[in-house]
Amino acid sequence: METLHTVTEQHAHTTAHGHDGGHHHTETFISKYIFSLDHKTIGKQFLITGMIWAVIGGLFSVLFRIQLGWPDETFPFLERMFGAWYTDGKLNPEAYYSLITMHGTIMVFFVLTASLSGTFANVLIPLQIGARDMASPLMNALSYWFFVISGIIMFASIFLPTGAASAGWTIYPPLSALPQTSPGSGDGMSLWLLAMVLFVVSTLLGGLNYVSTILNMRTKGMSLFKMPLTVWALFFTAIIGILSFPVLVSGVVLLIFDRTLGTSFYLSHIVIGGVPQPYAGGSPILFQHLFWFLGHPEVYIVILPAMGMVSEILAVHARKPIFGYKAMIFSILGITILGFIVWAHHMFMAGINPFLGSVFTFFTLLIAIPSAVKVFNWITTIWKGNLHITPPFIFAVGFVSMFISGGLTGIWLGNSTIDIQLHDTYFVVAHFHIVMGIAAFFGMFAGIYHWFPRMFGRMMNTNLAYIHFAITFVGSYLIFWPMHFQGLAGVPRRYYTNNNFEIFAVFNGMNKVISIAAIIVFFAQFLFLVNFFWSIFKGKKSTQNPWNANTLEWTSPVEGIHGNWHGDIPEVHRWAYDYSRPGNESDFIPQNVPLTDKEKTEADH
Amino acid sequence: MAEVLEIKEHHTAHQLPTPDNGEGGEKSPMNISYGKTMMWYFLLSDAFTFSAFLIAYACLRLGHKWWPNPNDVFNAMPFMGHHKIPMGFVSIMTFILIMSSVFVVRAVQEGHRMNKNGVMYWMFWGILGGAAFLGCQAWEWQHLLAEGMRPFYNVFYEGKDGLTTLWNIHEQGKPMFSPGPVAFGALFFGITGFHGFHVFTGVCLNIWGFFATANGTFEKRGHYEMIEKLGLYWHFVDLVWVFVFLAFYLM
Repeated sequence: METLHTVTEQHAHTTAHGHDGGHHHTETFISKYIFSLDHKTIGKQFLITGMIWAVIGGLFSVLFRIQLGWPDETFPFLERMFGAWYTDGKLNPEAYYSLITMHGTIMVFFVLTASLSGTFANVLIPLQIGARDMASPLMNALSYWFFVISGIIMFASIFLPTGAASAGWTIYPPLSALPQTSPGSGDGMSLWLLAMVLFVVSTLLGGLNYVSTILNMRTKGMSLFKMPLTVWALFFTAIIGILSFPVLVSGVVLLIFDRTLGTSFYLSHIVIGGVPQPYAGGSPILFQHLFWFLGHPEVYIVILPAMGMVSEILAVHARKPIFGYKAMIFSILGITILGFIVWAHHMFMAGINPFLGSVFTFFTLLIAIPSAVKVFNWITTIWKGNLHITPPFIFAVGFVSMFISGGLTGIWLGNSTIDIQLHDTYFVVAHFHIVMGIAAFFGMFAGIYHWFPRMFGRMMNTNLAYIHFAITFVGSYLIFWPMHFQGLAGVPRRYYTNNNFEIFAVFNGMNKVISIAAIIVFFAQFLFLVNFFWSIFKGKKSTQNPWNANTLEWTSPVEGIHGNWHGDIPEVHRWAYDYSRPGNESDFIPQNVPLTDKEKTEADH
Repeated sequence: MAEVLEIKEHHTAHQLPTPDNGEGGEKSPMNISYGKTMMWYFLLSDAFTFSAFLIAYACLRLGHKWWPNPNDVFNAMPFMGHHKIPMGFVSIMTFILIMSSVFVVRAVQEGHRMNKNGVMYWMFWGILGGAAFLGCQAWEWQHLLAEGMRPFYNVFYEGKDGLTTLWNIHEQGKPMFSPGPVAFGALFFGITGFHGFHVFTGVCLNIWGFFATANGTFEKRGHYEMIEKLGLYWHFVDLVWVFVFLAFYLM
């Protein structure tokens, strides 16, 4: 490492045209931190914006969990804090539905799509493939700023007198199409739709950039099959986004027409207050098809980046080559392709043809194969490894745990016969929160703890991280595990209160436990936030390669320069997973270390 | 003064983004520049947008027992009075758009030859074709609107023997509920409108390309790849029209 460093420094002095940071001209605070074109800064912007959204989305879930845990209590202090959402200390039903809708929208789109992909695609793609920046830094910045504008519009909708959108994050018509149906279907829904269209613009600008950067900007020697699995995962994530989000736009545009021009794409046989409406010939199921054509690939947009990061982190911290590198890539590819042909498993209850249902059941269950390949590969990667128990590692293990627990119930729900019983119950809530919500958050935390030194040049506090992990891990299971039982007992998942059902009174205690766990987990996240912001300024200074990892980002200067490397970009000679190679003195060989003569002869055979 | 100049030069030397294909690194699998990679992926994405619209069209149309016969809806022609020429006008529109695509092909070809005037000449005809198509579409829309068609109202209803009949709102009055299937108007205006919006965007981009060529931007750059990218978009819009034409006029 030491020699390598001096070589690159020499290069910086000798090459006249070298991209040695571009710091000769003075950068203002605004050009460096706000309207930056540097991929590392844009990545941090995505991350911090996502944190703000995660706190808002998490707070909303606490509010509706308080309602579900204590449906008969009054909370005057919450009324003082949140005003119009409460009447006589009780959450209004309309506000409850707005909170549910906003929680889903914020978490799925703003946190786990924009922020997760936005942060790690930006920080990792150029650094790991050996590029100075994204293919188009301008489009990259625009992608962030469209996300911000979209977020401002969504945030503003929360403060409307009629409330934010309240038709659920899936915004099914006719509820979302007719403003008369509920207060939240008025201006709140209009702003929701506008915000989402801008959000898709952001995703598209980002995704096009990620794909073309990965395909065109790789450094010498970085062939596709030498790329780290993070890059592979982000590549397929971007492609899924490019192909599925436009269909959401189509669906949303037609919904906007129904709302504003009086068309009948999704509406038929509507009678409001005894008055028949002129809508005829539309189909609400059509919207569900268009929505879930995005909605299902969307869950892979959420989970694939986490999978990629976990693959990388487990290999680094177990000091072992990733098990089944190509199997990992092809299973991501398999998930990507299958992910596009399973969307109607969200619609088994919508009245689709049962034959169609069995076709979608078949494809859905096929996804278990690539998913299981990945799970077994993660387990075999850490099997008998020289485990370095670090915050990123335990969060990555937490991810695998969550993915297995949530994935197994996915096999239940993928069968249309069982899904028809469980679909509108808390069983589904438990399933998707564990498998794509909590799991993706664990992947994200693992990624943040692992690449924090690369982003900010400092280390995060380890003990705080362990406490954060313990509370989040135990708490998450406490929140969602009991919901399986509620779902099996038939507790419906969209109800504001179950007070009217004598039979569900047995769950009153359980609901309180769930809500208390949710509140504790929510506040535990502030340990992470404190750790994060404190470490940016006061954390222990990071060394060049704190985890002794092989990938290229750890050869770029700690202080994070514009252009990523002094002098020439390192050349790549080997894959990213040469850990604990027999006969080698250190237990890792970075990608830019040339092959030894022995390795060359081996490669020839 | 000299110092200022020097700083300026320094700036350009440090300008990011990176050149195509990184710094002498790995080539893209298709061996094309990042700009074209982006355009291709964008077109794939846009193809999904239009596919969604056309599938929505198929879904709603197949859900109806009866649908207006396009021969009886699209049969008007400017300056022809009441003569009915089924599909006449739209055939001309389609021909214009396809010819415009051919002109842009020639512009791209001249770009490969680094012939600035050739690019401008053929771009001009391409732009004119696109604008003419938009004009035709405006006339067709205006004609249908005058007949009483709206996105939420359809005057073409099932007459005797299932024949497509025009409800003359000027003579027969306007019933509260649409005489024909409502979805027909919504789909027609929605999808041809969305396509028209793409054509309009393409014309604007091509006009920009024309002036950038005139300014010598691409000559200085040493290649006319931007014209090629504009061409890709323009052919895509043309190709989409073929499907829209098939869906609304021929089926």
